[in-house]
Amino acid sequence: MMMNDQSIEAHTLSVLVENAAGVLARVIGLFSGRGYNIESLTVAEVDGEAHMSRITIVTSGSPMVIEQIKAQLSRIVPVSRVTDLTVEAEAIEREMALVKVAGTGEKRVEALRVSESFRARVVDTTHESFVFELTGAKTKIDAFVQLMRPLGLKEVSRTGIAAIARGPEAM
Amino acid sequence: MSDQKTDQMTGAEIVIKALKDQGVEHIFGYPGGAVLPIYDEIFKQDWLHHILVRHEQGAAHAAEGYARSTGKCGVLLVTSGPGATNAVTGLTDALMDSIPLVCITGQVPTHLIGSDAFQECDTVGITRPCTKHNYLVKSVDDLAEIMHEAFYIATSGRPGPVVVDIPKDIQFAPGPYMSPEKISKASYQPPKKGDLNGIREAAELIASAKKPVFYTGGGVVNAGPVASKLLREFVGLTGYPITSTLMGLGAFPASDDQWLGMLGMHGTYEANMAMHDCDVMINIGARFDDRITGRLDAFSPNSKKIHVDIDPSSINKTVHVDVPIVGDVAHVLEDMIRIWKETACSPDKKAIAEWWQEIEGWRKVNSLGFEKSDTIIKPQYAVQRLYELSKGKDVYISTEVGQHQMWAAQHFHFEEPNRWMTSGGLGTMGYGLPAAIGTQIAHPEALVIDIAGEASVLMNMQEMSTAVQYNLPVKIFILNNEYMGMVRQWQQLLHGGRYSHSYSEALPDFVKLAEAYGATGIRATNPSELDEAIKQMIDTPGPVIFDCVVSKDENCFPMIPSGKAHNEMILAGEPADVEVSEEGKALV
Ligand SMILES: Cc1ncc(C[n+]2csc(CCOP(=O)(O)OP(=O)(O)O)c2C)c(N)n1
Ligand SMILES: [Mg+2]
Repeated sequence: MMMNDQSIEAHTLSVLVENAAGVLARVIGLFSGRGYNIESLTVAEVDGEAHMSRITIVTSGSPMVIEQIKAQLSRIVPVSRVTDLTVEAEAIEREMALVKVAGTGEKRVEALRVSESFRARVVDTTHESFVFELTGAKTKIDAFVQLMRPLGLKEVSRTGIAAIARGPEAM
Repeated sequence: MSDQKTDQMTGAEIVIKALKDQGVEHIFGYPGGAVLPIYDEIFKQDWLHHILVRHEQGAAHAAEGYARSTGKCGVLLVTSGPGATNAVTGLTDALMDSIPLVCITGQVPTHLIGSDAFQECDTVGITRPCTKHNYLVKSVDDLAEIMHEAFYIATSGRPGPVVVDIPKDIQFAPGPYMSPEKISKASYQPPKKGDLNGIREAAELIASAKKPVFYTGGGVVNAGPVASKLLREFVGLTGYPITSTLMGLGAFPASDDQWLGMLGMHGTYEANMAMHDCDVMINIGARFDDRITGRLDAFSPNSKKIHVDIDPSSINKTVHVDVPIVGDVAHVLEDMIRIWKETACSPDKKAIAEWWQEIEGWRKVNSLGFEKSDTIIKPQYAVQRLYELSKGKDVYISTEVGQHQMWAAQHFHFEEPNRWMTSGGLGTMGYGLPAAIGTQIAHPEALVIDIAGEASVLMNMQEMSTAVQYNLPVKIFILNNEYMGMVRQWQQLLHGGRYSHSYSEALPDFVKLAEAYGATGIRATNPSELDEAIKQMIDTPGPVIFDCVVSKDENCFPMIPSGKAHNEMILAGEPADVEVSEEGKALV
């Protein structure tokens, strides 16, 4: 009998790895080689002394595929922990975006007004442009970018998702 | 020179010392510019036996044969660029079949990496998906640790190939040595013992079964001879039927009454029917490979499944199991037997007797039967004679890939593990001859036979030269049907008999070819001369190529065509044109 639950769900995985050459390539190669999705991937060193990096991956698949992804990730030699933040914890997920909007007159005023209601910060200004810095859940950033589109959106740079579990415990 | 400098060794010396401390005695290799310092160290010592192959793929398969027939790690040494790329097929083969290998590759000097230097390739990039792990050594200070770690990773947990890529400047650079001690790696903790609650649950389920079957695989062989011993004990305690994958042959003795033969695409009728109809499946060290399951949604529809595997990613990968146990097969079996005895588990004798009756009915189908001939040598008959005439000898069998491989699995019977070297997961034509060479190196006195196809064996035929150089008495027993028989069979059954490029219009005269290599060539074309010829082959002290001219159009049965279920197997003598859905045809 196959697992019949084929519903596709998104999961946020936190992967603690040795910060050695080729580890990221290994993780990405696993996803491309086995045909898994990557919706977002974020990586940075989190412990300089222990040379550990944390990779946050948002992926999607059936429950059986998600289990398989976690098992395959754990099998990579320099991977020391894999946590599924979607099932194992209540997690906080944040993404940062830099959004460039150019325009004058009414549109410029409206862009600034919208940015205030999103609590975005202005990090660069010229007479005809702004660069906004915005942090929040992915949906919030999506909504912000959508609103900026008619107001002279030029370009967007997003970090991908960083996530951590609530409460005192570490992963 | 300061004191500190005197304890230092060059990178090349560190490599050799690490091999010594890892207990390596044999290394298969081929030299080139980027490994010359290591070859220089090999020249200066006399305990490490280097076997010069004729192609790096041969080195990898020879190391696999060595590893699989001994349980030790196989080691190979190749140069950068083409040396490394030539080894890739063998590394992939070892990954698929969980064979422990350490492959040392030379690399261009550090300062040239990335400059498209002569014989540079991105070895760690290329081998990342086909190794268990790999390293590019960036500093000689890390070399000793990496060498030891490579052996630890290759041989522990689910075994596999590990590449250590060493730039040439690092082979010359002085650096510190460290002994293997206990290499530990925080991020790498292979499981050993299985969860006792799971094992208890499994034992209860096994005891309650009415139609049980053991389905065992290469994991039992990999867990060492003790695992095979424990398997025999446990299967004996239960009295249940047992089948095995291609990779697991020999872990349970084929002469035992409880043995059903191999299962899967070309497995026996009784094994596959038992899998289909069972109520409890006890998977020990097998991975529900597609050659085994056939159509997934019709795979053993009414059974509860227990799965013992050292690799958590093998569990619930394609088939949902009810009782997963992650652990080393030997440890799990040991606990299982203890719990079985402690809790005085006892099977339902009546139900099991009825189950055996049903199985006997399937056995009567005689699914490995074939039409005999006294004018032409049938390939199955040739394997049967080879088995009978080599019985009682210290025999190791390797194979190439194709029909002959399946006939070998069906008609050559194994009593012990580590006696059967075949390319299961990758299905690599050209595996058998170098694997036989590696096996013979490890067991110089044994009778090592490569049961070959004429097409496959040509893929690494150059290794005959290696066999002759080291006076390795390997026997290459070619079932010569002039066809890529397995391809021809699929074309007959699934592509309307359009034999597109599956016939070798030109083949060498294998007897003369053997002679050209300085070996012995023997040919048999008639069943009446077969026995004498086989005896002559066995009695010949050096390497032999045996050209066994067999019927050209024999099909390998039984067969579960792709996309079909276990109870839809076709047997010999049934209409040879099967209806396979378009979906089934798209499968391999
Ligand atoms: C390297 C490689 N190339 C192609 C194949 C596909 N293939 C599988 S079996 C086979 C035919 C093998 O012919 P032969 O060695 O004569 O064996 P037979 O089936 O005739 O016994 C081929 C081409 C393969 N398995 N490996
Ligand atoms: Mg052939």
